Amino acid sequence: MITALKFTLLLLALAFAQGLHYNYIDELDKEAGTVRAVQASQYVSLWPLPQKVKILDLSFKLTSFNIVDAKESSAGSSCSLLQDAYRRYYEYMFGIAKRQGPRKSRLTGPSELTELQVWITSPDSECDGYPSVTSDESYELSVDLPYAVLKAPKVWGALHGLETFSQLVYEDQYGAKSINSTAISDFPRFAHRGILLDSSRHFLPLKVILANLETMAMNKFNVFHWHIVDDQSFPYLSRTFPQLSQQGAYHPYTHVYTPADVKMVIEFGRLRGIRVVPEFDTPGHTQSWGKGQKDLLTPCYSGSKPSGSFGPVNPILNTTYDFMSQFFKEISTVFPDAYVHLGGDEVDFTCWKSNPDIQKFMDQQGYGQDYKKLESFYIQKLLDIVTTTHKGYMIWQEVFDNGVKLKPDTLIHVWKGNQEQYQSEMANVTSAGYKTLLSTPWYLNRISYGQDWHGHYKADPQDFNGTEEQKKLVIGGEACLWGEYVDATNLTPRLWPRASAVAERLWSAKDVTDINDAFNRLSVHRCRMVARGIPAEPLFSSYCPREYKGI
Amino acid sequence: SSRVSSSGSSSALSSLHTVEGVWPLPQSFTSSTERYPLNPKAFYFGYGRQSAAQQDCSVLDAAFKRYFSLIFPDYTSGSGDKPFTVEIRVDHADCDSYPNENSSERYNLSVSAGQASLNAETVWGALRGLETFSQLVYQDDFGTYFVNKTEIDDFPRFQFRGILLDTSRHYLPVQAILKTLDAMAYSKFNVFHWHIVDDPSFPYQSRTFPDLSSTGAFHPMTHIYTQSDVRRVISHARLWGIRVLPEFDSPGHTQSWGKGQSDLLTPCYRGSTPSGTFGPVNPVLPSTYQFMARLFKEVSSVFPDSYIHLGGDEVDFSCWKSNPDVRAFMQKMGFGGDFTKLEAFYMEKIVNITSALKKTSIVWQDVFDYHERIPKDTVLHIWKGTPASYKEELSRMTKAGMRVLLAAPWYINHIAYGQDWRNYYTVQPLNFSGTEEQKKLVIGGEVCMWGEYVDATNLTPRLWPRASAAAERLWSDEKQTSSVDEAFPRLQDFRCKLVRRGIRAEPLHVGHCKHEYQGV
Repeated sequence: MITALKFTLLLLALAFAQGLHYNYIDELDKEAGTVRAVQASQYVSLWPLPQKVKILDLSFKLTSFNIVDAKESSAGSSCSLLQDAYRRYYEYMFGIAKRQGPRKSRLTGPSELTELQVWITSPDSECDGYPSVTSDESYELSVDLPYAVLKAPKVWGALHGLETFSQLVYEDQYGAKSINSTAISDFPRFAHRGILLDSSRHFLPLKVILANLETMAMNKFNVFHWHIVDDQSFPYLSRTFPQLSQQGAYHPYTHVYTPADVKMVIEFGRLRGIRVVPEFDTPGHTQSWGKGQKDLLTPCYSGSKPSGSFGPVNPILNTTYDFMSQFFKEISTVFPDAYVHLGGDEVDFTCWKSNPDIQKFMDQQGYGQDYKKLESFYIQKLLDIVTTTHKGYMIWQEVFDNGVKLKPDTLIHVWKGNQEQYQSEMANVTSAGYKTLLSTPWYLNRISYGQDWHGHYKADPQDFNGTEEQKKLVIGGEACLWGEYVDATNLTPRLWPRASAVAERLWSAKDVTDINDAFNRLSVHRCRMVARGIPAEPLFSSYCPREYKGI
Repeated sequence: SSRVSSSGSSSALSSLHTVEGVWPLPQSFTSSTERYPLNPKAFYFGYGRQSAAQQDCSVLDAAFKRYFSLIFPDYTSGSGDKPFTVEIRVDHADCDSYPNENSSERYNLSVSAGQASLNAETVWGALRGLETFSQLVYQDDFGTYFVNKTEIDDFPRFQFRGILLDTSRHYLPVQAILKTLDAMAYSKFNVFHWHIVDDPSFPYQSRTFPDLSSTGAFHPMTHIYTQSDVRRVISHARLWGIRVLPEFDSPGHTQSWGKGQSDLLTPCYRGSTPSGTFGPVNPVLPSTYQFMARLFKEVSSVFPDSYIHLGGDEVDFSCWKSNPDVRAFMQKMGFGGDFTKLEAFYMEKIVNITSALKKTSIVWQDVFDYHERIPKDTVLHIWKGTPASYKEELSRMTKAGMRVLLAAPWYINHIAYGQDWRNYYTVQPLNFSGTEEQKKLVIGGEVCMWGEYVDATNLTPRLWPRASAAAERLWSDEKQTSSVDEAFPRLQDFRCKLVRRGIRAEPLHVGHCKHEYQGV
């Protein structure tokens, strides 16, 4: 249930927010410290909208403010994840300047909020752990005197609660901060809320990846799906097979992710409650692998001779599986997440068809001309390999479509088709009892003129014909930013705030669908991202109090 | 012109180290595989003895400083001991002037052992030549800089090669404008069309009417262009050889003006009472023209260019129709029910104001479409329609003897998935039916970046390198640049040059730059 918020004045409030706040000051001067009537403008910036919100017409000033551990909290000052987050959110709310130098000592007035106490309620705060698909991300926030309290069973909920708290803070014309008396109880609708970035078609410098993890946290995304390698380049520096990036990256030194880089991404994500799920897509999309790993790819033939070009991974050689075993063993230790994405999409059979050894193998196996069976054979062996590394796996929908035998806890990633097609795919996948997540309506690399976020906002992963049990198998979705036309120059403004629309769909209650209300809140949310240094592009003609200063 | 490519293959990257790596492609050139190492520590710009401009030429001195860093992005690695001098010779010492509609941009560049000679009629031509020279220099894998033996004779196909930025729908911080001017110079654009005000906001801080921005801007302090901001833009543009063409669009697109200037806009009526909303500028009040005369007097002194853009597009007649005073005026003037006549009446008075200020007016095509009674020296700006319809418009306008500027095919704010730069590249601006005389009346083209969905967060990657495709169409010879596929590797290479220069130019397709953009 969402407390009904009156958004009728929002458009006005958005455009004249500063003016309205200015009026509050006047009132405050007249009746210092007493309850004041406020407009809806402070509510407008919550994004994604929490499950339950109650904001009172009672505001507190934030002049001398701190975020501290509640003394009952199971995570104290030794929890660096939280301490790091306190500092981050303090800076978001008050800027860096205020932290430096001693604060003026002054008496606090009756309407002044001085503290946010963060209380991790469960005995195991998970402070030093990694987030997972089953992590408890819920939190409760109470903003009231004498101090505000953020209660969460685990640190993951606390991180989201801090973001929400920071979104409640607003400022007047002169930068003075206030917050209204508020009660929020919040939890995500879906457990898997992801962003896919593609670092193969264009290399993405570390700084861009980190900035986007930062922005993901502002939008309560919790999975970074790292489509790290593909046909075009292999930037992942493997300790076991260093020649893969040595030969397959755009450049062996400047266009690679070293083990230290990968570690940094994972830890940066963890500190923000974000899982890092790597994708090593096979057997297709592997041209770059072939440069550093001889005999891994299938030699294509033209007539009776090798043509010199290569196709998908060669599924008939034992060496292929030896390589994959070693490779995925490394991956399973480098990436702590319980899942690895194995791809399996868009396998082109023409090269396999051309290769006489493969034809012979097909005959031996009794596959006839059904290359899907060969694909299944490969995937099946790969899944067995990955299972021995104690990882769960995600795969693109084709693997399911082609009837590969899968472990019951496999996650099927739906990415194809029009609305009718993906909805029927979701129905099929869930009726077969598999868990699934949706990306089809959220291919954000596809751009068009105008406010295309409307379409992203309206898509709902549970909108398909199926039982309640089937709907429960939908664990979430991912916004995908494929890299054909995207690199560090344009990634951030292309992703934000369009991905924010997806964030609300995956976090907020199903009935949060009012597009006008969303526009008002999202406009302010986008300006908040800009104020935090993220070049999130505009939704429509308007302005931000603090425009983007980088160029 | 002849081409000698160092590798013989236009697709090989090595060939880009020759003159073909220059964007936009020069008109006439020869280059050879003979190359000379450049040592940054022994590299000089100098004025030729016969040059009319000498030391202390503001434009060229500033250009030497800029181009040294652009030519040698990291000059720690100096090798080769022979000195190299780029010697400039210009015919006119127009160092303190502004580029104008007649400025010659022609230059001749000859690169040989130890020296390059750059000859131009004007300093503006010399600037174009320096840009070309900077693009000829490349680094090998070990960081050594080289330039190949080259002969270039170059000049623009069109005199007017513009970029429109819209600072009303979103405010663009001055830094974003300056950075765009830099990038414009890299593509040899020479006009910044500053669509400075419009319905949503009025960020221009007027000396005469300060209320226009104090009530019409998004914010009266942070979202305005002060007089010194404007001067800074103009002077920065001048140093890059770029004209600044301001647009004060009226009578439509003026909602923001009304906030700070009462009685300027037409009160709309519902039935017999004012509805509280306002329409276009009120054309029936003498006070309107007094205001406009004072405003344009200020604008014409603030902006040195001889052109002023007066807008005149998309006038909605419904408010005028609703207003009884406007209707009475229509009767008095004998316009009947034809509101295009009222619009024409208004535009004529505005054009007369700017003519009296010795400025050439540019107006959007709507003004011509409604009536052809505009002074012959007015420039018409085509922004509407399909290729078929803008070609027809080109024919009609030039047949009427009017000068024309083409923007319709280059509305670059419209984005689509994929390589839409190809569409901007393949435009043929003179492919319309008309005589040679008519064709000469097409003074150039303009890339428009309207601001509904654009601000400082996304302006640069949305503009570059897509606008560069239009730049080549407007500068280079059409026959030599008719193949999009041949342009592709050159534009990819040029895009990486932009990135190296700190311009957040987006990729054309998969691939990489040696030096990727390192920002967010």
